[in-house]
Amino acid sequence: MLMDVLAALWDGAFGSAAAFWSATLVRATPLMLVGLAVAVAFRAGVVNIGAEGQLVLGAIAATAVAQWLGAAPGIITIPAMALGGMAAGAAWAGIAAWLRRRSGVLEVISTLLLNFIALALLSWVVRGPLQEPTGIYPQSSTIAAGAHWPFLLEGQRLHLGFAFGLSLAAASWYWLAHTASGFRVRVAGAGARAAASAGGVDVARTTFGVFLISGACAGLAGASEVGGVTWALYEGISPGYGYTAIAVALLARLDPRWVVVSAIFFGALEAGAAAMQRDAGVPAVLVQVFVALVILGVLAGTQLRDWRREQRLVARAEAA
Amino acid sequence: MMELLLVPFMEAAVRTATPLAFAALGELVAERSGVINLGLEGAIIAGCLGALVAAGLGGPLLGFVGGLAAGAGITAVFAYFVISLRTDQILAGTAVTMLGLGLTGAIYRGLYGSGGAGLVLSTIAPIAIPGLSAIPLVGPALFRQTVPTYALYLMVPLIAWWLRNTHAGLALRATGEHHEAAEAAGIAPRRVRWGALLFAGALGGLCGATLVLAQVGTFSEGMSAGRGFIAIAIVVLGRWSAFGTALAALGFGAAFALQYLFQALGWSLPYQLFIALPYVLTLALLALLRGRATAPAGLGS
Repeated sequence: MLMDVLAALWDGAFGSAAAFWSATLVRATPLMLVGLAVAVAFRAGVVNIGAEGQLVLGAIAATAVAQWLGAAPGIITIPAMALGGMAAGAAWAGIAAWLRRRSGVLEVISTLLLNFIALALLSWVVRGPLQEPTGIYPQSSTIAAGAHWPFLLEGQRLHLGFAFGLSLAAASWYWLAHTASGFRVRVAGAGARAAASAGGVDVARTTFGVFLISGACAGLAGASEVGGVTWALYEGISPGYGYTAIAVALLARLDPRWVVVSAIFFGALEAGAAAMQRDAGVPAVLVQVFVALVILGVLAGTQLRDWRREQRLVARAEAA
Repeated sequence: MMELLLVPFMEAAVRTATPLAFAALGELVAERSGVINLGLEGAIIAGCLGALVAAGLGGPLLGFVGGLAAGAGITAVFAYFVISLRTDQILAGTAVTMLGLGLTGAIYRGLYGSGGAGLVLSTIAPIAIPGLSAIPLVGPALFRQTVPTYALYLMVPLIAWWLRNTHAGLALRATGEHHEAAEAAGIAPRRVRWGALLFAGALGGLCGATLVLAQVGTFSEGMSAGRGFIAIAIVVLGRWSAFGTALAALGFGAAFALQYLFQALGWSLPYQLFIALPYVLTLALLALLRGRATAPAGLGS
């Protein structure tokens, strides 16, 4: 029984070229983009758990842009969708960033509340301004063929969004590790008071900027789902990618390079779980349980490691 | 005419506020001990399923017990992580919420199948308090409700009194303000927080049980619908006091109930506006209140 389930999981994720290139990596794409959004924010000490809402706003904006440009050539439509999605995600995150900076509202609470508002907004636009012309289904009409994001491989569903994810991972790694502004982000995250007094870092300004960048990454994930996968907007556009992304980022230890690996791992899990539900009758909601266990496991593991290091230091101090 | 519209609106407001107030009072106690419990949403959904299963076995009373136990049980996982392992509260809470949402979905499907023909119970009936329920306007709203609402009326002053006047309440607040100082004064902060979190979890479970047993009569995946997060916001709006929290919960109940009022008035606004309204109001109020002067000083540490 268990072997059947695991076999279905494995087959769904890696069992064939199609499983890997058209299921696993396609699901890894939004997870990578949103995982980067979360990782970058957490590095700066910004607890953005509103990536889900920022993704939704990105999807709405990208759909609106694609509908508005209609049959314009892809060379115009596709970048416009990406930029529109990023701007909308950044603006949505900007509300929480502004509330934190101006009124001291905890971003944990504000971003969660904004997630619910985003879902209500989505529910309205697919029945209102963006609904398909017959007005029967709660979804937008399909975007023009020119606005479909190009596939990267012949005959597979892997699309441009994945390339965006890889480039953004490389860029944000370089930024955090090798630039002065990336350094400011890291010190702001490590200890706001010390960063301000000893490092002369304007922490409020730095975290505000990171918040917007984080929102833009999540918004791009929404645009990429519409442009590369669904080609239309509907209510279930994200099955909780924004929440899974927290596990993606934590498992990667907030390192953009490892976010790529961790996103592919969770992408495989999601792809496998869909197959598992189909072939072995095991509910896919169990993936959520697994995601939760990964987060708890990483938290416990990190804590144990810190304790051991502490004990080693104490032992060394006592020996000396 | 006005009364015909207002009475159902106010009744709905109190009914909707009841489960929210339970969850928020639990969160209040947790936060006064210095822990922000983002796993509350998980406790609520666990309470929903626990109540349904237990009530199916042995009636509504056992149902409430099942809800309380399920909420406290899943919150014990959270408490172990943040108190015993001292991990980050926000992340552990998020994980416990995901755990609750995922586990309940899987268990419900396992027990009742995914066809949707799950277990449906008849909800407990409202009880009109003689005399009081005859007061014009507010009478039916406040005194023609189900048992959990009446339990709430007792609980709010009790928690307020307990926090202010008992030794245990003082120990709880001291732990939340400055746990090292509390420890120096002979208080065991870990034990205090364990107690506070188990209580918070049980009340989260009670929120879920009330939803299922007094309002909906069945379970659906994700039916907690963000109430745990709203409850956290309610505590902030209630300025970390029991009466303030109850009042803020009532405000939320009213915001949710507005949709019935508007429907009755025949105004055709998109219903999503009403879904979003409570969240928008919270954000606006949080922004206006500014600062966190009344938050427990040690919250989150």
